[in-house]
Amino acid sequence: MGESSINFAKASSAALQDQQLRGNFRRAMDGLMSKRAVQFADTAEWNGVRTLGASVRLRALSKLPELLEKLEANCTKNGIQVHWASTTDEANAIVLSIMQRVNAKLVVKGKSMVSEEMHLNAFLEKHGIESLESDLGEYIVQLDEAMPSHIIMPAIHMNTKQIAHLFKQKIKEAEYTEDVAQLTDLARRVLRKKFATADVGISGVNMAVAETGTLCLVENEGNGRMSTTVPPVHIAVMGLEKVVEKLEDVPPVISLLTRSATAQPITTYVNMISSPRKAGEKDGPDEIHLVILDNGRSGIYADEELRNTLRCIRCGACMNHCPVYTKVGGHAYQAPYPGPIGSILMPQVEGLETRGELPHACTMCNACVEICPVKIPIVEIMGRLRSEAVHPGDAVKGAGSHASKAETMVWKGWSMTYASPLAYQFATALLAKLGNAAPASLPLLKEWTNVRSKPRFANRTLHALAREKGIPDV
Amino acid sequence: MSESRNAILGKLRAGRDAHPLTPPESDFAVLRNKRWEGAERLERIKRMMEAVHTEFLETTEAGWPADVQAFLKAQGTRNLLFGPATEAGARLSSEWTEGGPELVPYADRVETFKERLFDGIDAGITTTLGAIADTGSLIVWPTPEEPRLMSLVPHMHLALLRADALYDTFWQAMTENRWADGMPTNALLISGPSKTADIEQTLAYGVHGPKRLVVVIIR
Ligand code: SF4
Repeated sequence: MGESSINFAKASSAALQDQQLRGNFRRAMDGLMSKRAVQFADTAEWNGVRTLGASVRLRALSKLPELLEKLEANCTKNGIQVHWASTTDEANAIVLSIMQRVNAKLVVKGKSMVSEEMHLNAFLEKHGIESLESDLGEYIVQLDEAMPSHIIMPAIHMNTKQIAHLFKQKIKEAEYTEDVAQLTDLARRVLRKKFATADVGISGVNMAVAETGTLCLVENEGNGRMSTTVPPVHIAVMGLEKVVEKLEDVPPVISLLTRSATAQPITTYVNMISSPRKAGEKDGPDEIHLVILDNGRSGIYADEELRNTLRCIRCGACMNHCPVYTKVGGHAYQAPYPGPIGSILMPQVEGLETRGELPHACTMCNACVEICPVKIPIVEIMGRLRSEAVHPGDAVKGAGSHASKAETMVWKGWSMTYASPLAYQFATALLAKLGNAAPASLPLLKEWTNVRSKPRFANRTLHALAREKGIPDV
Repeated sequence: MSESRNAILGKLRAGRDAHPLTPPESDFAVLRNKRWEGAERLERIKRMMEAVHTEFLETTEAGWPADVQAFLKAQGTRNLLFGPATEAGARLSSEWTEGGPELVPYADRVETFKERLFDGIDAGITTTLGAIADTGSLIVWPTPEEPRLMSLVPHMHLALLRADALYDTFWQAMTENRWADGMPTNALLISGPSKTADIEQTLAYGVHGPKRLVVVIIR
């Protein structure tokens, strides 16, 4: 394995030792899996809406450049100002220039994965602007100076006690309490003041409709509505794949999204924003800006197979059902997008040099593929990226960067042994005789036996047993 | 910045044209065929919305302003934010009697009374365009007469729902009424009071928006 600046293996073994963390994740994910299953109990309906949802996403991708142009034209017609950013640096600069023009000091943010991708909070803080997360989970994580560990439930790695301590420590007026209603109320009081005084609101976009120039946002808390309604300026950031063709494409995608994510038939609020405040209207922002971010997506789009990654509607179901994610939690991935989708998206966006380990964080069990509401062939892409990591090529940044001589030799040896009956018989006979004598502490073997019992070799090979039963070797 | 625009679109076009993708047909039958019979729709809406802590107040066309006032008085509500220029608003102000909660009109730009809105208003009342049986959601389209924050900032949101304005699905509501021909500044589905489960998956209501949603069903 090549040099990796981000070390999943190390972080995941640390996570595995943390019983508290494992308990927190296990409980949460078990609950989510069974609740989701109830939402899709009608298999015919699930198949129908899933096929429809996948077709909506594929149709959008098939016309992506045209739809983005149409979105831009319709947004502009509605009074929404559209900006394009090739890189996260450029997106940050666009956001900053809007802020500086209106002399913004305080920003309230709704949940947005793209802004995590941009490391927007840190960037704004560097420029003297307070950027406050207002989704309760994001707010908790921000107070804790940590990263979200799940794309839907950012603070899922913490339990109530830990949050109670954090609030007591970080919020001036806080009394220690483990009562969830009281903790929530405290956050409400703190954040309401901020909503009322913020200069700018930032949000993500769940879907943008080309036909009408509408930005859709789903949420339960109302912080998204607050951030996009109260401050005089609203900036929305979105990855370029988030567009859909028609307004009627929205309902099936929302239905798949909310049911897959949190097993709700729908979220408390579905917010469809089509323009800034019009003449005569008494509230709402005077300016809306939409920042469309590429950050490697156009490269992913160019490859027929990898392109499917862009169908994702960010529901998080693949995480909830992944045997690896549910054991190690989101932080081990050290990425804005963890779990199966993160394992295929991150290496494509940031390159295999730093993220080449992630496609290996997978047992190829296919659970994510079965659950994905828009039928992304995650496991196939995972396999593709594993092979890209060790073979020179140009489809994915850093292809070939994980080629290692030792690994190549081992695989070569393996394939030679399997290709020659004589070599195969010799090797299996040898293992049957001597395999069990090998100590568990041997290099390579040690990594396996650390957390598992050592495999035992039978003392006669299958070939030998078969011969005894009169079945000849071919 | 338009340099990036052209670069991005150019790259997307080149990528797509080298490996075109056939746009699949979308079959909306699964939504088209979702139907509930007459009375079942309202029953389902109530059941689904009650499951997420929505309250219901049953009333009549003739009596709703008085019933709303009596309800708020019983709750100890101090005041009610309303849109004076709507038809419903006109009825409220003409039928509101002395001694109950104060009626507060949302008549000016929010900038002029933001502080009071955030700190001194107990309840807000809005109309709806109907409700959806599939998901148990109200359709709310704020207007200049009935601004966006009325359904968001007060601790209690009362929503008037006419019992004959019901749809089966979100998709039917938008296609039957041709929403795509002209979307308002902000269109909303609201399915309950504001809520969160971000602290150890425990549900808590009223995290940022209204703590209570009361649907006033007018028959
Ligand atoms: S890959 Fe599929 S399951 Fe995972 S977040 Fe995206 S849409 Fe959801």
